[in-house]
Order: sequence, then C-alpha cells, then structure tokens
Amino acid sequence: MTQAQTLSVRNLSIEFGGVHAVEDVSFDVEPGEVFAIIGPNGAGKSTIFNLISRLYEPTTGSIRYGDQDLLKLPAHSIVKTGIARTFQNIELFEQATVLQNLLVGRHSRMAGNPFSNFLFTPSVKKSEIKHRRKVEDIIDLLEIAQYRDERIADLSYGARKNVELARALCAEPSMLLLDEPASGLNNEETDDVGFWLEDIKHDLGVTLVMVEHDMNLVGQVADRVMAINDGHLLAIGTPDEVRSNADVQQAYLGVSQ
Amino acid sequence: MQILFKTRYEDDIRFLAKIGEKVRVGLVVAFLLAAPLFLQNYYLAELGMLLVYAIAGIGLMALTGHTGQVSFGHAAFLGIGAYCHSVLLSHGVPFSVSVVLTMVLTGLIGMALGRSASKMHGFYLAIATLAFLILIETVLGEWSSVTGGYSGFVVPDLKIFGVSLTDVWQQYYVDLLFALLVIWGVSNLFRGPTGRSFLAVRDSELSARSLGVNVEWVKIQAFGVSAAITGLAGVLMAHHLTYLAPDVFNVLESLKLLLMIVVGGLGSVLGAIFGAIFISLLPVALSFLKDVLPPEIGQQAGLEPLLFGLIIVLFILFEPAGIYGRWMKLRFFFETFPYYRKASFVRQKSYLKTERMR
Repeated sequence: MTQAQTLSVRNLSIEFGGVHAVEDVSFDVEPGEVFAIIGPNGAGKSTIFNLISRLYEPTTGSIRYGDQDLLKLPAHSIVKTGIARTFQNIELFEQATVLQNLLVGRHSRMAGNPFSNFLFTPSVKKSEIKHRRKVEDIIDLLEIAQYRDERIADLSYGARKNVELARALCAEPSMLLLDEPASGLNNEETDDVGFWLEDIKHDLGVTLVMVEHDMNLVGQVADRVMAINDGHLLAIGTPDEVRSNADVQQAYLGVSQ
Repeated sequence: MQILFKTRYEDDIRFLAKIGEKVRVGLVVAFLLAAPLFLQNYYLAELGMLLVYAIAGIGLMALTGHTGQVSFGHAAFLGIGAYCHSVLLSHGVPFSVSVVLTMVLTGLIGMALGRSASKMHGFYLAIATLAFLILIETVLGEWSSVTGGYSGFVVPDLKIFGVSLTDVWQQYYVDLLFALLVIWGVSNLFRGPTGRSFLAVRDSELSARSLGVNVEWVKIQAFGVSAAITGLAGVLMAHHLTYLAPDVFNVLESLKLLLMIVVGGLGSVLGAIFGAIFISLLPVALSFLKDVLPPEIGQQAGLEPLLFGLIIVLFILFEPAGIYGRWMKLRFFFETFPYYRKASFVRQKSYLKTERMR
C-alpha cells in the first residue's frame, strides 16, 4: 500500500468545444477523509474524476497527489501513484470471469513480458499465486466469493457494482475515486455500500473521494462535501453546511431562501 | 455431474482440470501422433495443412478474438513468413535459425503495424489492415530481385540440422510439433498477466487504462505476438506449397483466416482449432456442391468467396459464439443432464466491438 497523500486540485478547467464542463475548480482532499462531490446532472462531477484519472486533458489548472504532478503522467501510470477508481456505468471486462477481472486489478503491481508468459515460467506461476492471495483478501472483504468463477456478463447489476469496487481495491490504492457507488442499488444494498465504505476507510486506510446523489449515504459516510453546478464550485464543507448553503439549494431546487 | 473441489490456487491455474478434458485431449493428441500409421499421404498432408491453419488461426485469434482488434491483413504475415523463410533458406541459412529470424521479423513488422493502428478502432482498423495487406502483396510481387516477383519462388527442401525431411510424414511431425508448441504457449499466455491485459483491452479500454494497463503497448504486443505466430504458420505453409507466388496471400486468404476464427468461436484457442477443421472440410463440401448444383451456378467463378461471406453472416446471426459456443453448450448439456434448459446459456454477443466510449 502506498502512503496516503493529499490530493490538491488547483484552478482546474476543461472545455469541450466551447462548453466549460469544469471551470476554475480548486479543492484539497486530505489523507484518510471521505470527500463527496455532489451536484445536479451535468454539473461536471464525473468530468473531475476523468480529469484526475487523466482520461481527459485539462485546459488549465494543476492536479497534484502528494509531491507528484499527475498532469505529467499518462493515464495508465495514475494507479501506480495510488489512485484507483470505479466508473459510473460499470466498466468491467464483460467476457472475463470475476477472478480475471480482479487479477487485472493487480496489473499495476505485476511484472511480466510475453516471453515469460508464453513459457509460463515458474516465476510467473509464483507471482500468479502471490497476487491471487491478495485478490482473495478483497474477495473476503466484499463477500463476493460465490461469484469468483462467474463471467461478468452473467452477473446481476448489484453484484457487478461490488466486483468493480473489489477490482479497484485489488490495486491496493491509497485513494479511491468512486463514481456513484450507490446508483441503481436498492436501499439494502446502499446500506451495505455505506458499511463497506466505512470498512475500506478504517481497515484499509484508504482515502475516499466519491460522486454520489444519495444524500443519505453522503451524510452517513462523508467527512466533507463539495457541491458543484455547471462546472463551478458552489460550496465545500461538512455535509450539513453544504446542505444549508443557499447556492446549493438554488442549484438543486431552483429557489433561494 | 462432476464437481471440482479446489483446495489450492494451483487448481485454478492448471490446464485440463477435469478428467474428461484430460481424456479428450489425450485421445486427440494420440490420434495426431499415430496418424501417419494409418493415413494415406494425401490425407496426411491435408492434416498437416490443417495444423498449419490452426497455428495461423490461433495467431489471428490472439489479436481479434482476445484483444478485440480486427485484422483483414493477416494473410500478409503468412506471406512475409513464407517468403522470408524461403529466401533465408535459399541463402543457406539453417532451418532453425531461419524460423527464429522469420518470427522475429514478422513480429517486428506486426508491432510496427500495431503501433500505427493502436489509435484506430473497428472499421478504420479493418481498412488500415486491408491496406497493409495490399501493400505487402504488391511488395512481394514487385521486389523481384529477392522474391522472384510474380513468376514465383521455389521453396527449398525442409532440412533440420542437416537431416532432410522431405517425406510427408516427416513434414507432418514438424507441423504437429509447432502446432502443439503454439497451442501450449498461447494457452499459457492467457493464464498470465500479459494475456489478461489483452482481454482487458478487448472488453474495456477505459478501465484497463485506469488499472494501469498501457493500452497502446498492449495493442503493439498483441499485434507482435499475433504476427509472429502467423509468420510461423507461413513458414510451415511454404513447405506445403513448395512454390510461392504473391497472389497466394491475398484478401481471400485473409478472409479465410477471419472466417476460421468467427466460425470457430471468437475468444478461445479451441475455437481457432475448430475453425481450422471447418476450413479444411469446406473444400470437400464445395467440390460436392459443384457436382450437385446445376452448372450455371456450380461453375460460377465467385462461388467460394460468396460461400465464405454467407457462412460468416449466418454464424454471426445465429451462433455468435461459433462452433466453440456450440461445443460448450453440448458439454454443459451432458454435464448437467437432465437440468439443461434453453435459457441456461444466454445468447452471447460477439467480441468484435466496434465502438464504445473512449
């Protein structure tokens, strides 16, 4: 596990052909906290995630994780700094088994080249077993043992959500970006997610950043909340502070008090 | 119904975990080893050619079936492999060295193609690889000082470590050796991290990338591995053809390779082998058809490509998982008898995804 660090985003902006999806947003995420990003649809929440994980190139601004400048890294190197993520529309490897998906989660920590893999040398086998052990720990934590050999295409939505969370955890991140961890889940499943997030925070010491619409879940687990609308930052503070902020209420309800 | 008790992680890594699998594979390998004892030379040569096609199919499968990158240009790698090997042999390079050099060369050319194709998807990739094939075909034809041009090139005899292997059965064993090696190696590849990164790129480039998979590099690797294996098939094919002409490695040959993996079932090594069997039996069916059909249809020039196209379309429509998918269903039927229901297998979609969010 890499050491938890501070994520600092400064003056981040991105345009898509004239549309300012995110404009001049700055925030810090401290090690060990749960940081939630809320906002109406199209506010730019997922865009911020895509910017942090380098899937998008920002127009201006800087993103640093500890002393590393993320903007200098390609997308596939982000996970090596300790930042893993999930996606809003589950992006699992559909035709592969759960186990294979989770092992890809370990990819950033596995060395290997096609030649040694082709021959399946003893060292490859040893590394496979070593990483399998780690994967089993995560399988135990999220209670997905019964799906281990299932293909993703055969799984239910809720199970897929868990597997995606598990896959991100397999990378042993110090910070986890969760894009709507509770969307599409029923109340009971959402409660489970809440407990797991607490576990992940306390037992694994992972800093959590999440985009979420379910305000109950946000209130339950988040230490701080950032509200954005139309790409602009509205408020940062405790869940209660943000909930009572006039700008936030206007963005959600269209009325100002 | 057999239930597998797994007590160690090795149980998931091992090939052929079930007894039935061991028996089936054992029988097939025994049949292949004993084939020269009871098969006539003609059929033995055909069987050798089937193995060569199986190698080429596995090569293309690694790229298209496992990594999701379509290639209409794989006949070019067969061609480069066949020509490179023959030219090297004719310059006195020993077989073993020539095979390695040829695989390295085709692998490098594959990687170069992969490098330039790594940003392309679906339809564009198909066109790019098709253009590559036409380019190679032209080069093979025009570079007459080396390749003998359109008048062709005579392949030197198969000779390994100074021992001449010109008999059909000797050549057959060479084919078999390489086929088994490739099947074993590629199966290994897909139980290790490299193969998993291929599958990851096929199913979701987006999440592969955020899990630390260098997508461009994976595609370059996949093209390289695939081209090297197909190049090896080209080497062996050269000895079957004994005489090379550039137009052997044309678009139709590429289509044949694609037909093979689509019909066999995308995404499995076994599918490529099924496809090779299918492709080898197809000419038999074709010659039968020609006799049965009225001469106005049976003697038409385009009958073969028409049939290829038709078969691909029918398979994609009715059994996207190919013969391999059928085989799995059949096995499942017997293993779970009498519990099998039609809905036990949901209709699977094909791996050839053309577009997704990037």
